[in-house]
Amino acid sequence: MHRKIEGTYLLFNIISYSIVIVAVILCLLPFEMLVSGSFTSESAITQHGYGIIPTEFSLQAYKVLFKYPQDIIRAYGVSIFITVIGTAIGLFVTSMTAYVLNRKDFLYRNKLAFFFYFTTLFNGGILSLYIFFVKYLHLKNSLLSLILPLLINVFYLIVMRTFISSIPDSISESAKIDGAGDFTIFLKLILPLTKPGLATIGLFYALEYWNDWYNAMLFITDIKLYPLQYLLFSTLQSSEAISRISSIASVASLDVPTLSLKLAMAVIATGPIILVYPYVQKYFVKGLTVGAIKG
Amino acid sequence: MALPAICLIVLIAYIPMAGIILAFKEYRFNLGVFGSPWNGLDNFKYFFTSGTGLLVTRNTILYNLMNLITSQLFAIMIAIFINEMRGRYFKKVSQSIIFLPFFISWTIVGVFVYNIFNYETGTLNTILKALNMDPVNLYSMPYVWVIIICFFNSWKWVGYTSVIYIASIVSIDNECFEAAEIDGANIFQKIFYITIPSIMPTIFIMFLLNLGRILRGDFQMFYQIIGNNGQLFDATDVIDTFVFRSLITSGDIAMPAAATFYQSVLCFVTIMVVNGIIKRTRPENALF
Repeated sequence: MHRKIEGTYLLFNIISYSIVIVAVILCLLPFEMLVSGSFTSESAITQHGYGIIPTEFSLQAYKVLFKYPQDIIRAYGVSIFITVIGTAIGLFVTSMTAYVLNRKDFLYRNKLAFFFYFTTLFNGGILSLYIFFVKYLHLKNSLLSLILPLLINVFYLIVMRTFISSIPDSISESAKIDGAGDFTIFLKLILPLTKPGLATIGLFYALEYWNDWYNAMLFITDIKLYPLQYLLFSTLQSSEAISRISSIASVASLDVPTLSLKLAMAVIATGPIILVYPYVQKYFVKGLTVGAIKG
Repeated sequence: MALPAICLIVLIAYIPMAGIILAFKEYRFNLGVFGSPWNGLDNFKYFFTSGTGLLVTRNTILYNLMNLITSQLFAIMIAIFINEMRGRYFKKVSQSIIFLPFFISWTIVGVFVYNIFNYETGTLNTILKALNMDPVNLYSMPYVWVIIICFFNSWKWVGYTSVIYIASIVSIDNECFEAAEIDGANIFQKIFYITIPSIMPTIFIMFLLNLGRILRGDFQMFYQIIGNNGQLFDATDVIDTFVFRSLITSGDIAMPAAATFYQSVLCFVTIMVVNGIIKRTRPENALF
């Protein structure tokens, strides 16, 4: 009997480890191929195609990219700017609103919650947003058009509200008796107590801003305002961007390694995320396990 | 204190909602949203009689259903497996790696897809050539993309979703497992009779939450993977990409507006129905 259980456990382990290992490989392989392709010489790619290991090692793509890296540095600047500003404001506004929605003594809280929730049920679509932003607010080619659309996310608001609801009401009540105003309670008591929540939501916002290319595609036509992901996207889409890089890097366009250059761009755009994700991942896991189940 | 958020949501969600009247108008840029003449239901008529209406609706619903089923299935599987693993280090590392794709933008995923599947230099064809087989041009085979899209959707979400399932597995009372062990249950029996039934509520909620979104395609995913590749539209065009493309390529405003309105209304109805179901069965999990 006992041996039988051991036997099935072994079988289970074989199945589970092999499936998880396959999943891990599938998750890593595309990244590996991307990096390997970016280090492969152009002629090797056109001859043999992208491989898992570089057939002919070459730094040409990176050399061209870093010769005159203005576009990339500027795009990094735009991405960092919108990520920092957007996350900070978004986090503040979201947590403040979540706090209000959670206050039991706020009479209209359910109505207000529905007021927010309704926007996820029904919306005017990108078309109306586009016309409103461009024609009425004149936000074309303005960084505001990259920040505003992502600034408040109703799903994160709900998650944040779940976090705040786990704080006992007695804390804010006793502070109120001591004469603290609503803002003081929020800033001095609620915010410090919801740090895991803030971290999770903040990461969500940051990730959204960092990975955004969509709003840039809608609202930005000036290459000086391209965020990183959109610069990458447009590089992939058009040879125009490639020839622009080659013209400022003053290389003859024939020498430009178009294929590996695109991959090198992708590596540069992915880099920072890969570097920070091991550190932020544990906050996500923590936040998701608390917030998502109830939310 | 909620005032900034209220102003913001009015600005980015409620005011643009007024734009839905465009669905019933013949838009002229010089006359603006309110000055353009009405044309009743003509835009809707055009959207449906041209055949695209039904095609994109079908694609949107089918893709979402398939993505929902495959991604949840993989996530549950991975969650159960990772949870049962004994090696702490292996467990942690593999979970982190499976979570990695969640952090990547769809633009990068688009690069991967192109890298692997393009005709001239793609890895797939490199391998096929090495095996002395004929290269395949997937960009002329629309229905293969159903699988590719499903795969990359699961790929991107499986880490994230499995975290939620792991959390719900961890919260199962350990006594159940111990009792089962004493009764001589093997690991498969424990999984099928304890773990899976215990996480049913979470599975249920995840399904319902996603059902509500069934009419909204993940625009970023479709656009980055398919792009403007006309050969694939029969199998891959969803409402969101259709709207976007008509806007960008033809500059037509009226028909996409009708499509958006149609999508929003259907979406609203499905969410109301889904929420009604949750309210009946598990009132504590209702969305509102």
